[in-house]
Amino acid sequence: MSSAARALPMPAARLRARWPQFLRRAVGFVLVVAGAVVMLIPFAWLVSTSLKPDDQLFAYPPVWIPRYLNWANYTGAWSYAPFGTYLLNTLEITAFTLVGTLASSSLVAYGFARRQFPGRDLLFGLLLSTLMLPAIVTLIPLFLIFKTLGWINTFLPLIVPSYFASPFYVFLLRQFFLSLPPELEDAAMIDGASTLQVITRIVLPLAKPALASVTIFSVTFHWNDFLGPLIYLNDDEKRTLALGLYAFLGEHTAQWGYLMAGSTLMVLPMAGLFFVAQKYFIQGIVTSGFGGR
Amino acid sequence: MSLTRRRTVEGYLLIAPWLIGFLAFTVGPLLASFGYSFTEYDVIRPPTWVGLGNYAAMVTTDPVFWTSLANTAFYTLLAVPLGMVAGLAVAMLLNQRMPGLAVLRSIYYLPAVMPVVANAILWLWLLDPNTGIVNTLLRLVGGPQPGWLADPSWAKPALVLMSLWGFGQAMIIYLAGLQNIPAQLYEAAELDGAGGWARFRHVTLPMLSPVILFNLIVGTINSFQVFTAAFIMTGGGPVNATRFYVLYLFNQAFGYFHMGYAAAMAWLLFLIVVAVALVQFQVIGSRVHYEGSPR
Repeated sequence: MSSAARALPMPAARLRARWPQFLRRAVGFVLVVAGAVVMLIPFAWLVSTSLKPDDQLFAYPPVWIPRYLNWANYTGAWSYAPFGTYLLNTLEITAFTLVGTLASSSLVAYGFARRQFPGRDLLFGLLLSTLMLPAIVTLIPLFLIFKTLGWINTFLPLIVPSYFASPFYVFLLRQFFLSLPPELEDAAMIDGASTLQVITRIVLPLAKPALASVTIFSVTFHWNDFLGPLIYLNDDEKRTLALGLYAFLGEHTAQWGYLMAGSTLMVLPMAGLFFVAQKYFIQGIVTSGFGGR
Repeated sequence: MSLTRRRTVEGYLLIAPWLIGFLAFTVGPLLASFGYSFTEYDVIRPPTWVGLGNYAAMVTTDPVFWTSLANTAFYTLLAVPLGMVAGLAVAMLLNQRMPGLAVLRSIYYLPAVMPVVANAILWLWLLDPNTGIVNTLLRLVGGPQPGWLADPSWAKPALVLMSLWGFGQAMIIYLAGLQNIPAQLYEAAELDGAGGWARFRHVTLPMLSPVILFNLIVGTINSFQVFTAAFIMTGGGPVNATRFYVLYLFNQAFGYFHMGYAAAMAWLLFLIVVAVALVQFQVIGSRVHYEGSPR
């Protein structure tokens, strides 16, 4: 077929194709919006329940907007459990693990990205393979090690490992470092900068988006972490938010107003972080292919 | 010291934090766990050697072990395919121009950042058989009233439903994959007369196959480790219907302090995960392509 003959019927075909295409898109849009409404129902019910007066909790048909905003669920939950202490504990663990994660994972990622040494690719392969290792497999010996060290009921088992780089963050940062042009680093080296200076003054400032992704994943992980605190922390005053909320469930079964207020308090900072920094959430997932959990 | 030599030494120094951590927190415990799996150990008295006793007991005299394995397989076979199909379908819909696209994408992803404990408590309330919103809405449209977490035959589907709410994680990865498919491929297919299904079958699926394989393997490994939801919401009940493998392992280790038995279960899980991942690699027959190779 000549190119002219082939080009001729196209406009007509395009025109015929346009209406079905528009319809298809409209149907797609309606489906997506309907799905989004379904996705939002649990959130709406969470917040709505947390603000409802007791007599509307079990109303039929369901009441979505409370008669008045019953903040008593929040003040009540806050006074029945030391959520302030839980919050401080969670913040302490989150902050210390974040410092360790950023420092150690940056150094390791830089080493894998920019240095040649025998066995590098093999070691990096090992690092990647540990991403698939179920955490439960190493949990029992780790518990026994930390018990021998006398670290049970302290934050150390939750904090110290983050100073030895996490494979997921190393992978993410290495991918980013590889995308940077090496010329700046070479020039700084020629000017006599040490490797540490090159990393802290040149590479890390350029890698802010990737560091932001790591920060968000690390903060989200430690804010949400349940299994670690469950195993290593015993006393009430050592509990994190996740563990405290779990204990609160045990003491206030079926007191849905309190439970939803407590859950909302734990969800809000994460939802806020997501909306402020969703660019970095998505970039991080896209760069690495993995999520935070 | 020559520059190359110095840079080699530096390389090892830079990765030293990971290497030390890898030996101390992964390789060491992995080997220790293997060792413990041949012992009986209650943390108070020193471990005693029982050879293959734990593995033999697991397979021959412990029906709950088999129940937990079957529960986990059931959950995985339901949750992983459903999550993958939902994720891909919504990703394809969201890969078109439409009003409010950014907001819609955020809404679908948001459940994936829910803290697990808050999520579990929320779904206990949503799925309450008498007063939960799920059954209330079903009643409004004259639907059935399953007992959800209280009913042995509905408890696992209830947890699958809850996990489906978090499909945004897989969706975002599909979306990134879809955006990497060159538009010319679709245009060429259209010129050759390919309809919607043919374009999906012959352009989208092959181009997306590494992403699909990735989501399949990660989804399977994560779902083998399902623990927190069941631990908080059902404690493994009713009648062991949600006694998943890792939950049972946890009960053995930190409930009964059967550390040796739990270590044996952990090692078996490790072998199962490796085997399943290898089979998935083989069967799908494509390779995961990591972008950006080392210089």
